[in-house]
Amino acid sequence: MKPTHLEIQRMLTDSQWREQLFKMTALVMLSIALLTLAVLLIDAFVDGVGRLRWSFLTNFPSRKPEQAGILSALVGTVYMMILTGLFAFPVGVGAAIYLEEYAKHHWFSRIIELNIANLAGVPSIIYGLLGLEVFVRAMGFDRSLLSGSLTMALLVLPIIIISSREAIRTVSPSIREASYALGASRWQTIRNQVLPLAFPGILTGSILAFSRAIGEAAPLITIGALTYIAFLPDSLLAPFTALPIQIFNWVSRPQKGFHANAAAAIIVLLVVLILMNALAVYLRQRYQKRLSL
Amino acid sequence: MIMGDKKNGSVAFEIKDLNCWYGNRQALQKISLSISEKQITAIIGPSGCGKSTFIRCLNRINDLIAGFRTSGQVLFKGQDIYDRAMDPIEIRFRIGMGFQKPNPFPKSIYDNVAYGPRLWGVRKGTELDGIVEQSLKKAVLWDEVKDKLHDSALALSGGQQQRLCIARALAVEPEVLLLDEPCSALDPIATARIEELLLGLKKNYTIVIVTHNMQQAARVSDFTGFFLLGDLIEFGETKQLFTYPRDRRTEDYITGRFG
Repeated sequence: MKPTHLEIQRMLTDSQWREQLFKMTALVMLSIALLTLAVLLIDAFVDGVGRLRWSFLTNFPSRKPEQAGILSALVGTVYMMILTGLFAFPVGVGAAIYLEEYAKHHWFSRIIELNIANLAGVPSIIYGLLGLEVFVRAMGFDRSLLSGSLTMALLVLPIIIISSREAIRTVSPSIREASYALGASRWQTIRNQVLPLAFPGILTGSILAFSRAIGEAAPLITIGALTYIAFLPDSLLAPFTALPIQIFNWVSRPQKGFHANAAAAIIVLLVVLILMNALAVYLRQRYQKRLSL
Repeated sequence: MIMGDKKNGSVAFEIKDLNCWYGNRQALQKISLSISEKQITAIIGPSGCGKSTFIRCLNRINDLIAGFRTSGQVLFKGQDIYDRAMDPIEIRFRIGMGFQKPNPFPKSIYDNVAYGPRLWGVRKGTELDGIVEQSLKKAVLWDEVKDKLHDSALALSGGQQQRLCIARALAVEPEVLLLDEPCSALDPIATARIEELLLGLKKNYTIVIVTHNMQQAARVSDFTGFFLLGDLIEFGETKQLFTYPRDRRTEDYITGRFG
């Protein structure tokens, strides 16, 4: 039976009302998320902005809160991220290429896939314990920049592998076929077609992974990175500290002055994070423009 | 099985008892036919009849699909391309292919055509320029794109993209051109241009074309094979197959009783 005009009208108002309700619910959820973030940012900003001056960036830590700075922590973080990138990026992308392009899809590769997904969810402190055992003790790198970077590289590796695989998978099979049909080998197809197309996605995923690592304190504390360092690391095997450790250290002090320092250091860490994400967006845009010519 | 008429000289492909499987599902059953050199051979049949599978066996592009396997022989100029000693890369270099949906690389027109030759080590600018111009001329696209060779290939129309893909395939100077429903995504005018192009290319290339368009097969091809549910029902000269089909099912299909 056909619904009458009136019934259709009622159905329409009903669905419009539902539509509005759903929209409002989603909006409330978004506000909760944004508000929490805003409160955190404002809180850190109010506490820390007074401490933010050039000397805060160029001074070493000190017993006196007003004279303490984050030079060693900031430099340690920057060095560590560069090294982590150098270790984790090639290995992660290489592993992703192997799994997507070369590995046969049978039970063994599925087990590997499952385990990589699990590894991405393992708490970071576990990676710290692994780093302590393998890099600090077994390989004898001590509590050095190298140990810290390698530990961080292990931490981000699963995320890089997963996001790179996803980026590689988005490359259309028709492009691969076109390349193979012209007599390209597998490697030529990967290098000339798959990687350039997947690169923006790989880059974005990797930088997001590094953003996670930059805020990690637990694994570094586990491998025994120092909290008070009044010099800059001059070699891979030099002891080092990083921003999250410095923040952790300052927050756990009783003096109010150090708490303000911690808030200021959080602001600096956020700025570094934003810069990294901006770099990701910039590189992606530039690369996509080059592809679409 | 039914063999093609060899009145026009030599044979490019001799297919003997070709079976194909995707995993456990058999897609082709005991296909035997021969494809003549420098002729256009059309493969027709309803969707899912195995015509695409068949043409994709001829350059081993189906090797890329997990779980795909074949038995029987596909002799190309007397050599079995599924022989262990054969390199699929060399086969694909000698047997070019065009696909259903135009699939230019997201690069410039020039780089698309130069892709194949570059893979094979042509590096010299002047030499590449020559190959690109020749290939685009063969594909009757040169006049439309000669002033914008370094523009993105993705900015071209569907028909132009398809001709670009044919130019790209011709740039490696293959002996055979396989085309898997090259006009299915094109309008009638673009289709007519491709058909014209194929008739011109026939002088120098062996062409195999899969099409769901019977009129197209009748217009351009010299030989036609009719596939149904993985079987080759009938193969013969196009004129004969369309006017006096030997098999009842062929007749039903070409007169539009099913399909």
